Amino acid sequence: MNINMTLIGQSITFAFFVWFCMKFVWPPIVGALEARKKQIADGLAAADRGKHELELAAKRASETLHDVKIKAAEIIAQAEKRAGQIVDEAKNAAKGEGDRMIIAAKAEIEQETHRAREALRGEVAALVVAGAGRVLRREVDAKAHADLLEAIKNEL
Amino acid sequence: MSAEAHTSTEYIKHHLQNLTYGQLPAGYERGDGEVLQESTWTLAHTAREAKDMGFMAINVDTMGFSIVLGALFLFLFHRVAKAAGGQAATGVPSGLVNFVEWVVEFIDSSVKGSFTARNPLVAPLALTIFIWIFLMNLMDLMPIDWLPRVAGALGLPFMKVVPSTDPNATFGMSLTVFALVLYYSVKMKGVGGFVGELTLQPFGKWGMPANLLLEGVNLIAKPVSLALRLFGNMYAGEMIFILIAIMFSGGTVLALTGGVLQWAWAVFHILIITLQAFIFMTLTIVYLDMAHQEHH
Repeated sequence: MNINMTLIGQSITFAFFVWFCMKFVWPPIVGALEARKKQIADGLAAADRGKHELELAAKRASETLHDVKIKAAEIIAQAEKRAGQIVDEAKNAAKGEGDRMIIAAKAEIEQETHRAREALRGEVAALVVAGAGRVLRREVDAKAHADLLEAIKNEL
Repeated sequence: MSAEAHTSTEYIKHHLQNLTYGQLPAGYERGDGEVLQESTWTLAHTAREAKDMGFMAINVDTMGFSIVLGALFLFLFHRVAKAAGGQAATGVPSGLVNFVEWVVEFIDSSVKGSFTARNPLVAPLALTIFIWIFLMNLMDLMPIDWLPRVAGALGLPFMKVVPSTDPNATFGMSLTVFALVLYYSVKMKGVGGFVGELTLQPFGKWGMPANLLLEGVNLIAKPVSLALRLFGNMYAGEMIFILIAIMFSGGTVLALTGGVLQWAWAVFHILIITLQAFIFMTLTIVYLDMAHQEHH
């Protein structure tokens, strides 16, 4: 327990340690701590921002969805309207076509009737001539009585 | 040096003697009766030799242990500092890094709490004081015979393991702190301001001698109390460990009691060594804070 040169040696050692600590130990550690603090703060801020953006995006998405729904309803209404129109047009067209077909059929029927009547008329005239010929037991000269026969045919 | 050959007194004295290297004058009669022909640089083999070496001697154990412990502290912290600087705090900090950063933050908040001026020296100074003293005190928890026995086997006559039980170490630190206090007092207040602080209060300029006496005592008490508080605590703690260790040679019952006591005292001592390191650090901060203040 004697005071000796150790006192000075310890002072120098101590001063050196403090100097080394001040130069090479303290600043980097404190710097790293500051950097980490900043990093964490930045991270938290970024997370906040992200959350905010998420909220905005959700809001935008719901707005868009709402718009789209309205638009879809409009489109459906238009489509329905258009479908009704198309059906009406088709109905009208079909009706017109039917009418036309009926008219055409009627005309054809009339023609057929007419033709049948003509044919019938010819046959009836032939029958009449044949009948008359049998009745008269003689051959009627068709040529001689052509004008007569024609007159009868027209009367039929 | 077997334990049987020692009386209790010798055992205690042996444990309290530093391994001293110094010069013995010509014609000096050494402990073993040898008379030196010329002045010799040598290790002291007895307490008397160590005393007679005077001021020009050095306590090899104190210097050695304190330098090794300080280097260990700086090595660990410097490695963490380099790692922290290299990765720029990108990764998740691991065990040692966490511990070092925790200590640094603790010191930083202590300094910010007590030191109001701005000085980049104070925080590293506080960190060095705290960790270094803590490590030096920690040597006290090592069973007191281990290292001296090893040293004895290596042929070294003495080995005092705890540097902070050597007043040279504690005064070395406290005087360095005192030098800083004086330096910053003069730097912040000027020579006139500092002298004025010592002489013009608390009684005004007509009470100058009384002021000088009071303030002088106040000033001198700082390094003395700083060093003696640490030294006294560690010395007393070491002494109790030595006294407990003596019980080990007193039979089974005493040895068992001694074991329990040693364990209990060691647990309590964990508190003391941390507390002493913390007190030394805090008072250093406070003294430097006072040195920076214009008026107090």
